[in-house]
Amino acid sequence: MIAYLIRRILYAIPILIGVNLLTFALFFVINTPDDMARMQLGMKRVTPEAIEKWKQQRGYDKPLMFNTVAAGAGKLTDTIFFQKSASMFVFDFGYADDGRSISREIHTRMLPSLVIALPTFVVGLLLYVSFALLMTLFRGTTLDVAGVTLCVLLMSISSLFYIIGGQFIVSKLWHWVPISGYAGGTDSLRFILLPVLIGVVAGIGSSSRWYRTIFLEEVGRDYVRTARAKGLSELRVLFKHVLKNAMIPILTGVVAVIPLLFMGSLLTESFFGIPGLGSYTIDAIQAQDFGVVRAMVFLGSALYIVGLILTDISYTVVDPRVRLQ
Amino acid sequence: MNFKLVMLWTDGMIFMLLAVAIAGACWIRQRPHLLLPWKRLFKSRIGMVSLLVLSLFILIGLLDSMHFRVALPDKNGNGQTVYATEVLSVFDALVGDLRSRTEKTYSAPLAVYLYAKESIETADGKILRDYPRLKHGGAHLTDPQNGQVVDVIKRSLYGVFSGWLGGVLLSLLIVSYAAARSRTKVRAWVEARQSTPLNVMLATMVLLAMLIGLTANLAGAYHVLGTDKVGQDVLYLSLKSIRTGLVIGTVTTLVMLPFALFLGIAAGYFRGWMDDVIQYIYTVLSSIPSVLLIAAAVLMMQVTIEKHAEWFSSSVERADLRLLFLCLILGVTSWTGLCRLLRGEALKLRELEYIQAAQSFGVSSLRILSRHILPNVMHIVLIAVVMDFSALVLAEAVLSYVGVGVDPSTNSFGTLINNARLEMGREPMVWWALAAAFGFMLVLVLAANLFADAVRDAFDPRLNRTGDA
Repeated sequence: MIAYLIRRILYAIPILIGVNLLTFALFFVINTPDDMARMQLGMKRVTPEAIEKWKQQRGYDKPLMFNTVAAGAGKLTDTIFFQKSASMFVFDFGYADDGRSISREIHTRMLPSLVIALPTFVVGLLLYVSFALLMTLFRGTTLDVAGVTLCVLLMSISSLFYIIGGQFIVSKLWHWVPISGYAGGTDSLRFILLPVLIGVVAGIGSSSRWYRTIFLEEVGRDYVRTARAKGLSELRVLFKHVLKNAMIPILTGVVAVIPLLFMGSLLTESFFGIPGLGSYTIDAIQAQDFGVVRAMVFLGSALYIVGLILTDISYTVVDPRVRLQ
Repeated sequence: MNFKLVMLWTDGMIFMLLAVAIAGACWIRQRPHLLLPWKRLFKSRIGMVSLLVLSLFILIGLLDSMHFRVALPDKNGNGQTVYATEVLSVFDALVGDLRSRTEKTYSAPLAVYLYAKESIETADGKILRDYPRLKHGGAHLTDPQNGQVVDVIKRSLYGVFSGWLGGVLLSLLIVSYAAARSRTKVRAWVEARQSTPLNVMLATMVLLAMLIGLTANLAGAYHVLGTDKVGQDVLYLSLKSIRTGLVIGTVTTLVMLPFALFLGIAAGYFRGWMDDVIQYIYTVLSSIPSVLLIAAAVLMMQVTIEKHAEWFSSSVERADLRLLFLCLILGVTSWTGLCRLLRGEALKLRELEYIQAAQSFGVSSLRILSRHILPNVMHIVLIAVVMDFSALVLAEAVLSYVGVGVDPSTNSFGTLINNARLEMGREPMVWWALAAAFGFMLVLVLAANLFADAVRDAFDPRLNRTGDA
C-alpha cells in the first residue's frame, strides 16, 4: 500500500511538470512579455520605457529559459522559467498585480470557499443518491418517467438561471436571506444558506440521472435476482446489495472532486460576493492578472491529481477485492 | 439590388459540416446495416419531435450564416460600386426592419410607451414629465389606452390562424407528395403509418407554424419581447443568438473529433509507447480544471488578436475569428473524455477474433483501423457528439459571463444574459431580456438533450432490444 502510494506520487510528478510546461508555453512563449505589457498598458502610445518598467515590476525582464549573462548556476536560475514556473513546485506563486502575495491570498480564501462547497457537496450527494434510489425503486412506473423527465428538464436549464432566479425569488421577493455577502463565524450561516441551496438544486438533474443509470445497471445483475429469490424485500435488496455494489462507479466520480472543493465555484462565489478562491480566480481573469491565473491552473491540477490518488485508496475501503500493489 | 457575398470563417465551417452531414446521409442510405439504428431513431416519438424543433433552430442558424454586403447607391457617379461596411445575413433580410426599429431605451414586451419618463413638449408649449410613445411599438394606434388590447388580440388570432393554415397546407403537401412517390392513396399511406411518430410530427409542425405566425404577426407592429437598454428588439437579438450557440455546439465537435478519434484509436490499438505518450498527454490536459484552461487560452488569444490588428479588415471579421478561436480552444481542451472512451473500446476490439484473423492474414494496420475498428466505434462518437452539443451551448453562456466567451459585439445568449443581469435590480424590474435569453436557451438545450437521449437509445448496442425491425 505504502509502496503503491509512493509510486503514484512519483507518477504525479511528470504530469505536474507537463502542466507547468504547458502553462509556461501558453503564457510566455505564444505571447512575449512585451505583448502582455502592451495589452495591459493600452495598445497605443506605449513608450518602451513603460514596457520595461512593467516587466521589471513583475520580474518578466529576464531571458525565458537560459541566461547567457549570468554566472554559474545563475545561467539557469536567473530566468523567467525558473523564477515563475519552476518555483510553483514549492508552492511559491509570487505576487499578484496588486502587490499581494498569491500564496497568502490562497491561504485566507480557502476557508470561505470550503464553507460553501463542502455543504453543497455533502447535501447534494445525499439528495441525488436518495432521489436516484427512489427512481430505481419505482422503475418502469409513471413515477420513474416523471422523475427522469424532471431531471432532463432541470439539466437543460442554465446554471446562471438557477443563481439569478434563486437570488431573485429567495432574497428579493421573500427577503429570507441577504442577496450576497459573507461573514465569518456563526454569522456566516445566513450567507451560505442560499448559495448552498442553489448549488444543490442546480446539480439535481444531471447527477440524479447519472446515479439512476448506475443503479439500473446493477439491478439487472444476477446477484439481485438471487437476493430476491432468497425472499428479501425490494428495499433491502436496494439498500443492502445494490447500493453497496454501486459504490465503485459512484466513488470514481465523487472522490476525485473532493480536493477540488478547495477551489470553490467560480459562478456561485462571484454572484454571492464570497471572498473565496473562485471569486479570486474570476477577478483575476477579468483583470487579466496572468500571475494569479497561472497559480490557479497549477493549484487546480495538483488538487486533481490528489483526487485521483484518493479515488484509488477509496476503492480498497469499499471493495475488499481491490488490492493496491 | 447589388450585393457582394461575404464568407466568414465560421460560415465556411457550418456549410462544410452541412455538406458532410448530407454526404453521410446519402452514404448510409445505401447500407441497410448502417440504416438500422437510424430507423430505430425515426420511430422514437420524443426523438422526432425534438429533431423537428432542432431543425427550426438549425434553419434559423443557417439563414443567419449566409452573409453579404449591400452595394451603396452610387453617389460620385464614377461607376465604382461601393459596398456598405455592415455585414448582413439572409436572416436579417427576411425579418425586414425588425433589426432597424430601435427605440430610445427599455420598453416592456408589447408595450406602447417607453420604460422611462421623459420631458415631452405638448402642443400648447408646456413641458410635461410622462412616458413617451414608442417610435415603432404600436405606432399605428391612435388611442392606445383603449385600442391596444383589442389590437393585440386581433393580431394574435389572425397570426395563429394564418400559421395554422400554413402548417396544415404544408403537412398536406408533404403527405400527398410522399404518398404519390410510393404510389399509394393518401389515406392508405397515412393509415399504414399509424404506429410511426408521423401524427405527432405533423401536429408539432402545425403547432410550430402557429407559433411562428403569432410571433411574426405581432412583431410587425410591436416589440414582442420588449427592447433592451439601447432600444434594440430583444426578439431579434435572441434569434440572432441562435447561430452563435449552434456554431459553438457544432464547430467545437469538428475540432475535437480528429484528436479524439486518431489518438484514442491509436492508443488502444497499438498500445506500447504510443499508448503511454497519448495517455500522458490527455492526463496532463484533463488534470487542469477546464474553465481555468479555457480562460488561460482565451486570455492569450486576446493578446494575440490585439497584437495583430492588421489581420482583420472589419470588426465583424474580428468577432468571427474570435468565435472560431473559442471553438478551437474548446475543442482542444475537451477531446480527452471521448479519447479515453475510444481508447478503451479499441483495447477491447483488438482482442476480438475477426481483428486477430485480419492481423494473421497480414492486413496492414492502417486498413484494420479504417475497415474494422473505426466503423465499430462510430456509435460512441455519434452519441458523444450529440451529448456534447447541449453542454457546449450552456457552457457558452457561463464563459461569456466569466469574460472569456465570445466577443462582446457578437450576439449570443451569454452576452444577452451578461448585459441584462444587473437589470433585475431596477424598479420596475426589467425582466424580459433575461427571460428571453433563458427561454430560448431552455428550448434549444431541452430539444438537444431529448434528441441525444433518443440517439443513445437507438445506437447503444448494450441496450437489449426485442422486436427490432
